[in-house]
Amino acid sequence: MIQTGLWLVALGALVGAAAVVVAPERRRHVVAGSVTALVGVGGVLAGLGGLGGSTWTAVAPGLLPLGEARLAVDALSGAFLLLIGAVAVAAGVYGIGYTAPGGRHAQDLPAAHDQHLPDAAAHHASPAASRTAQATVPLFVAAMLLVPAAASVTTFLVLWELMALTSLLLVLTEHRLRASVREAGLWYAGMTHAGLVAIMTAFALVAANVGGESFDAIRAGAADLSPTVRTVALVLVLLGFGSKAGMVPLHVWLPRAHPEAPSHVSALMSAAMVKLGVYGLIRVAFDLLGGAPRWWGLLVLALGCLSALYGVLQASVAVDLKRLLAYSTSENVGLMLIGLGAAAVFAADGNRVLAGVVMAAAVLHAFNHAAFKTVLFLGAGSVLRSTGLRDLDALGGLVRRMPVTTALVAVGTLGAAALPPGNGFVSEWVLLQGLIHSVGPGGSPVVAVSIPVAVGVVALTAGLGVATFVKAFGVGFLALPRSTAAAEATESPLPMRVGMGLAAGVCLALGLLPAVAARPLDRVLGVLPEVRSIDPLADSAVTLRLNGIAGSMSPLVIAVGLVLAGTAVVALVRRLSRGVPRRVAPAWGCGAIERDPRQEYTATSFAEPLTRVFDDVLRPEQDVDVTPLAESRYLIESVTFRQRVPDRLEARIYPPLLAAATAWGRWSRRLARGSVHTYLAYGFVGLLAALLLAGVTG
Amino acid sequence: MSAGEVVGAVVASLVQVVVVVVGAPYLTGLMRQVRARMEGRAGAGVGQPARDLRKLMAKEATSPEGASWVFRAAPLVLMSTVVVLAAAVPFVTTVTPVSGASDLFAVVAVLMLGTVALTLAGLDTGTAFGGMGASREVTVLALAEPTILLAIFALSVRVGSSDLGDIVEGALATPSQLFWPASLLAAVAFAVVIVAETGRLPVDNPSTHLELTMMHEAMVLEYSGRDLGMVELASWSRLAILLGLGVNLFVPWGVATSLAPAALALGVLALVVKVCVLGAALAAFEVFMAKLRLFRVPELLAGSLLFALLAVTASFFLA
Repeated sequence: MIQTGLWLVALGALVGAAAVVVAPERRRHVVAGSVTALVGVGGVLAGLGGLGGSTWTAVAPGLLPLGEARLAVDALSGAFLLLIGAVAVAAGVYGIGYTAPGGRHAQDLPAAHDQHLPDAAAHHASPAASRTAQATVPLFVAAMLLVPAAASVTTFLVLWELMALTSLLLVLTEHRLRASVREAGLWYAGMTHAGLVAIMTAFALVAANVGGESFDAIRAGAADLSPTVRTVALVLVLLGFGSKAGMVPLHVWLPRAHPEAPSHVSALMSAAMVKLGVYGLIRVAFDLLGGAPRWWGLLVLALGCLSALYGVLQASVAVDLKRLLAYSTSENVGLMLIGLGAAAVFAADGNRVLAGVVMAAAVLHAFNHAAFKTVLFLGAGSVLRSTGLRDLDALGGLVRRMPVTTALVAVGTLGAAALPPGNGFVSEWVLLQGLIHSVGPGGSPVVAVSIPVAVGVVALTAGLGVATFVKAFGVGFLALPRSTAAAEATESPLPMRVGMGLAAGVCLALGLLPAVAARPLDRVLGVLPEVRSIDPLADSAVTLRLNGIAGSMSPLVIAVGLVLAGTAVVALVRRLSRGVPRRVAPAWGCGAIERDPRQEYTATSFAEPLTRVFDDVLRPEQDVDVTPLAESRYLIESVTFRQRVPDRLEARIYPPLLAAATAWGRWSRRLARGSVHTYLAYGFVGLLAALLLAGVTG
Repeated sequence: MSAGEVVGAVVASLVQVVVVVVGAPYLTGLMRQVRARMEGRAGAGVGQPARDLRKLMAKEATSPEGASWVFRAAPLVLMSTVVVLAAAVPFVTTVTPVSGASDLFAVVAVLMLGTVALTLAGLDTGTAFGGMGASREVTVLALAEPTILLAIFALSVRVGSSDLGDIVEGALATPSQLFWPASLLAAVAFAVVIVAETGRLPVDNPSTHLELTMMHEAMVLEYSGRDLGMVELASWSRLAILLGLGVNLFVPWGVATSLAPAALALGVLALVVKVCVLGAALAAFEVFMAKLRLFRVPELLAGSLLFALLAVTASFFLA
């Protein structure tokens, strides 16, 4: 099954991309979407095979310039193959509708204050429907799917870079429409390549020291690595994979690239690609290097707390729907990192039972996040296509114009807000259970101080997450429309609803029956002997039970209880109210008769108390312009209020780094004077130095 | 668990639901009466909320123009969460019919689900009042969350489980644990959270209307008739649930650990007495309190967070 799946992925992407290129324009979106979904199905098949417990290896000698191409699938790879494949199926089906002719998403965004390019108006078809963009999507999906199957350093790096380049192309799809797209592309290219350099250096260092570049060789030789090499490699992979995962403070590309990419690509990037950063960390630190030391665990724990809190704080005050979702991705990656960090700490303390529980929580959360983030990004795309708006302050009232989309987004929102019976709640519950059982008599003081803080962070993140998603759903979809574009919204085409429906169905399944994930998760943990002593999750029908510690919770029982209680309440209220009908009446406006949507709370005003409470961290920029009447300065004609919440962390860290890089570039330009003599001298000195070095160390 | 025991446990859960939902209006009536007497008023009597409720239930419900199904569904969702909580939390007995619903994290999450339903309804009305109430309610909710979870953490350390039944049974087995610094600190933190979550003074004033200071009342301003009745009953029941949870966590005596009818009867009696005493004390405390400015509330919650954090670390270092 694994082999069939991977053949489908590779051949499907190559043949499919060619088919997209030659397909006539009016059929192109159907071909592209179907091909992407088909590649996704291949990933799902291979993933199910891997999670089913079978392993598979294939070697193609001489395929890559530096050596053989080596692929292998185990349960850990299988988990991520399944995750990416499933997201790709939903995004592919959705893409058929999203890139079909029509819609307002290809217009310039009215909320963006970018410079307008002259040819923007000339483009009627969505740039996401262009031949390049459509053919790149299946290639991107295939590259993502093959990354977790890579089993040697060269193979991994080539596929990783292929994934980065194809996604960069897709981020730049709408570059003709908005200047912000080009800026986003630049940031993304910079961050992803800095990350690649870090990962490549770490792999090169490890491979050179163990004397082999296949993952098997690294696994075998990892025990004999010197502590220095191990330390450097662990720090570098944390930086490299962290930047891909959106770990704060390396998250800066996320809130730029995710909003600017076409929405089905945003979903692929945010729900699937970001997870490969998490996969990389698990694979290298816990599998290849055979476990991580305690300081590394504490570092990851601290960075996870920072990512979770900072991500959710920025999301809670964001007004751009897709930017909000991007920051929420940082938050959720933070929760996964808390799981990974705690797993390393517990394993270093010798408590492998707990390490297994928190690691399982991290992997489960990766799945849950993928499911609800797919729904939400696709939902944001539907809103964008139908209204041309991403600005929550201009939305509203979509529940009547787009009832199906709203209902599906509600399912995703419930998951993202981590409330039962949503799926996000389940993995947060497992994570919290793992954390709270770590403090007890005989534990270490470091754990007793750091874990309560982590629990506090998870709790505050959960609380602010609820605020964020009440805002996103309540302001964006409920109440009265705040603009004509929102008032004239129309329901999305069928393929888009089907794509979202698939992802929403997965959300419901994972939220109500998390016990089905118990057996596969136990198999994933089987790949990581360093953090496992017993299966962390017990397989029971409706209740999620943890092995080794006391903890059981059943979302299905809670959901069934809610439904039963609701039915009973309805029946009772019917009897008591004796059939008095409901009346629709004007809302109370303090005596005012006219009702204007401008009187409604907006996303900005909804988040105002939080902005004020976290003023020291967020430091919003506010402009108030008061224009008085010409006759008297005491009579006001108009007041305009603008608020921006810039990313303070970014403003603090990146400008000095960029300035230093520029200064260094300027300085090194002095070396290149254009004289051939000088260049020959450089070559001579360089050769001498290399020979001397070889002589000294040789 | 045999079939007979399951039936018994289901009956016990239903008893809890009936006690909580039927008792809640009278608890609120008692608290209002205590307040009235202490302020030198005659008061409307303990039964007034129940009489209000009966009147509201027979009246027509209205929806504001432009409100959607979310507005109509919110009171139902809120009331359902109340029923589930009343059934799952060990008020009368620690024996539950199904495992997996009485975990304290799940209980808190279900509580939040009810609040979220109401905040969405507030936004759905499309009025400034609804949005304002929702925004403030959600802010308090977000900031109270860390305190609740850390207090749960502190309580779970001594029994190694966050299941409410286990925590209560553990406290009954070794009552000395209740006087550990960890438990006392957690009790203080929990008390602040109960006040914040139920919208009592000094966080919110349950008896204001149409003032810019209010939170809960602003959110539910558009409800009338049977919808309002459900929202009111649910709010009263949530107060009863949180008070009952508080007393059973920190003063667990009287809770039945079996399904014997005598033990259940004693459990009901103990619950009613304990909750009434605590409710009356809360009402008396409120007489001497003014409402805090909205932006002083985060300071109160941050203080309670500190207590909760101390409770957790105390459970390790002083154990």
